[in-house]
Amino acid sequence: MKSLPRRNALRGLLGGGAVTVALPLLDCFLNGNGTALAAGAPIPVRFGTWFWGLGVTPGRWKPTKGGTDYDILPELKPIEPFKKKITVFSGFDVMLDGKPNFPHQTGGPGFRTGIAPPTLAYPGVSFDTMIADAIGTRSRFRSLELSAIADSANSLSGRGAGQMNPSETSALSFYARVFGPDFKDPNGADFAPDPAIMARKSVLSAITDQRKDLEKQLGTGDRARLDQYFTSLRQLESQFAMQLQKPEPLLACKPVGAPGELEVGHEVEKVAQNHEMMARILAMAMACNQTRVFNMHINNSASSLTRRGTTTSHHQLTHDEQIDEKLGYQPMATEFIKDLMQQWGTFVRILDEIREGDRTLLDNTLVVAHSDTDFAKVHTIQNLPVMFAGAAGGRVKTGFHLDGKGDPVTRIALTAMQAVGADAERFGSGSMETKKPITELFA
Amino acid sequence: MFAIAARRFTLVALLATGLCGCGNPEPATTGAPAGMRRLTEEQYRNSIADIFGPDVKVSGRFEPILRPQHGLVAAGTSQISVSPAGFEQYYTMANTVAAQAMDEAHRATMMTCAPGPEADACVTAFFKRVGLVILRRPLTDAEATAYAAAANESAKTAGDFYAGVALSLGTMLASPQFIFEIDRTERGPDGVVRLDAYAKASRLSFFLTNSTPDQALLDAAARGDLHEAKGLAKQVDRLLASSRLETSVRAFFTDMFGLDATAELVKDPVIYPSFVRAVKEDMPEQTLRTITQHVLLDDGDYRDLFTTRRTFMTRPLGVIYGVPIAQASGWVPYEFSRDGSRAGLLTMMNFLALNSHDGRSSPTLRGKALRELVLCQPVPIPPGNVDFSLVQDTKNKELKTARDRVTAHRAEPTCAGCHKIMDPIGLGMETFDGVGSFRDAENGISIDTSGDLDGVKFSNAVELGKAVHDNPATAACLVNRMYEFAERRPALSGEKAWLDNLTRIFAADGYRVRALMRRIAVSEAFYKVQPEPNTVEGKR
Repeated sequence: MKSLPRRNALRGLLGGGAVTVALPLLDCFLNGNGTALAAGAPIPVRFGTWFWGLGVTPGRWKPTKGGTDYDILPELKPIEPFKKKITVFSGFDVMLDGKPNFPHQTGGPGFRTGIAPPTLAYPGVSFDTMIADAIGTRSRFRSLELSAIADSANSLSGRGAGQMNPSETSALSFYARVFGPDFKDPNGADFAPDPAIMARKSVLSAITDQRKDLEKQLGTGDRARLDQYFTSLRQLESQFAMQLQKPEPLLACKPVGAPGELEVGHEVEKVAQNHEMMARILAMAMACNQTRVFNMHINNSASSLTRRGTTTSHHQLTHDEQIDEKLGYQPMATEFIKDLMQQWGTFVRILDEIREGDRTLLDNTLVVAHSDTDFAKVHTIQNLPVMFAGAAGGRVKTGFHLDGKGDPVTRIALTAMQAVGADAERFGSGSMETKKPITELFA
Repeated sequence: MFAIAARRFTLVALLATGLCGCGNPEPATTGAPAGMRRLTEEQYRNSIADIFGPDVKVSGRFEPILRPQHGLVAAGTSQISVSPAGFEQYYTMANTVAAQAMDEAHRATMMTCAPGPEADACVTAFFKRVGLVILRRPLTDAEATAYAAAANESAKTAGDFYAGVALSLGTMLASPQFIFEIDRTERGPDGVVRLDAYAKASRLSFFLTNSTPDQALLDAAARGDLHEAKGLAKQVDRLLASSRLETSVRAFFTDMFGLDATAELVKDPVIYPSFVRAVKEDMPEQTLRTITQHVLLDDGDYRDLFTTRRTFMTRPLGVIYGVPIAQASGWVPYEFSRDGSRAGLLTMMNFLALNSHDGRSSPTLRGKALRELVLCQPVPIPPGNVDFSLVQDTKNKELKTARDRVTAHRAEPTCAGCHKIMDPIGLGMETFDGVGSFRDAENGISIDTSGDLDGVKFSNAVELGKAVHDNPATAACLVNRMYEFAERRPALSGEKAWLDNLTRIFAADGYRVRALMRRIAVSEAFYKVQPEPNTVEGKR
């Protein structure tokens, strides 16, 4: 915890290092239309992914009508209040080019990397990390990864060389990481660069100096892994650099208290509770410019979700549950999809509740929600369920249902990259390689 | 006549293999290129405790090491790096450890330097000393001077001498040279590329103690002993006799049987109310106690782990096993009754509960685990486009037991190929429910546990254990896994002949695990590196 005497002592040490902001922050700090701080720094665009495992039920999720007047079917009901801020995609495919469809392990990585995985190993670099490298360098964390279900290996974000970005599974640890002692309140009355962080930053170069000698020891594959290590180190360096600068005041930044401890497991009610806690911390982390990029996974690909007192998990149900003849669908499996979409609605609402000028945090963000399969019963990876929420600070139009008519799903990823400002001309490989974003979405 | 000659040959081969440095009786191997392996969480924690003392706390989250398909987590260490979030954690842990080492309570045991005119030389000497144990190799003068200079500089920024030393020490602990074990090579006297003595020491130490080399091993490396068969054997025997071996044996079996997954295991509290936290915590410990008692203390035959009736119990476990335990806390030795339903690891709750669903047992998952983890026989991934609706008519009131359901499952030709190698053996364990409690009926129908394992018939789980004991794949699997664990990478095709030979020797050694570890630790194959022209810098 911050102790005042120590801080005072440090300030003395730094002499004139302290910077004081005397005025309380009012709306007068924003320019006329609320899109930028009066000082000229624009409100940043944020990007994130929101993943759910095991897809949707045919005939119960995908709108039947295209365009802005799309219809809401039962499994999509929770997003109804946000219909104008959400775009639904259908008819975009993950393409295999002769590679096997590994159940629950092809669709997710295939969409994220644009490569159908030839083995079970994660096949490449995910587009969220390319976006993070483009827009995440001016916040404290380049990106934050979360899994609301208790599964620490649950991640679809990877930087290649076999390295996945691990997800935080505890809301409390997540809170401590972002809003713990190292958090600098951008609206704090005064700011002094922390000498401890200055010292930490300067000694990191001692590690960088070892790089050349180490590279000589290693073969090509291991050199790529060492590269990854140094990329990670540089990100910590820039994290320190951010903390040494006086942060821009941010109106929307009003840190909340730490969440309580919650033992999560696989039960759907607990997972939902954990997800909501995480979503609130994450939204505030963005409002306080601690990150501009996130990857949220509510459950995992072969969903381990359970309902208290029942013997069969969500995943088992998608395979074993009989399609009810009268209803035409699997009645217990669809309940899990409804729960997941309910949480998707909650996530969107939490972002939309934070006001930034005359817009909301959601409006300044682009969230790409997607699953790993369309119909989990038979693991289809065509017609992958994908949605956009938010307008990326007004850069994308929202409120459509768009049918890709069998186009590669990489077009959606490329659209997202270009919309938020990642320098990408093409994305994907094989049949999924594309240079065509969905231009009608650009505002 | 012929038989006698053959037996004599075996004896000679046994004596020659690994026991003396004369000649090279081992089938030749290719070795793997020099590599880089991330320390596991346990190796990291053990190393810190060995270097700084057991009261120095390591608090942080280690990013997971992904288990390669059909492989050990140990092998995953040679395939991963560190993500940004992971590095943030490593950096924080490193500084927390370093700050503790330099606090008033600890610094005297680490370092006698004090601020003043002598400080520079003293701090340089400190980094040279501590660098050897942290980085597992001697530091050059330039390296030690650089760490001391960084300490000096950050002392100025932080305004405190010890804080400066701690920060520089923190960078050493966050350096890739500590977080990873990086093979260093040199040319031996015969001009052949080999691991240098310190790289050998690390490889040996992580294998036999799951921790960083101790002082005696570093000294042996400094003397060049590890390049000599006798000197190497002396160190191997010292480590095999130490209490540290158990740490490593526990890590190995945890990895081989996937017991690490126990930490994230959940069961439905309504269906299995007896599956409480204490049970979950005691479960892997029961397995590991049973194993270490048998393979280390009793020096028993590895295969007997699948038939032994001897284990250990706690009171919470007793609830699941249906046996009253008089002692309120701690462990008591326990023996399953001779005519009972349990004997061996396959009938213990850790294996049964891990390979079940949250709310019910799973013959398929259990059969798969037995094939893949115990027999090293990978089961192919199911095809993506299977439609189970053909076989899952739940209105059919006939399908009351798991056997009924999976038999229907196997009627589908695309599924049958794989399910017939998993389900029949998994059904042998169906008298145990999703947490491993005994039952003899499901939905009022008595459970049929008969089946066969590769042609050997069994009528229940105890007999299945006997069939596993007698299956040749059981011993071969252990040998392959132990080698994978030792090398922390999968075995290569160029090592097959050597491993086949090792499996024969394992049998001749009476299937003793400690003897197997010794065979590997003194072998040439274990340390062999395949030269890659661009990785060799000649002798340092």
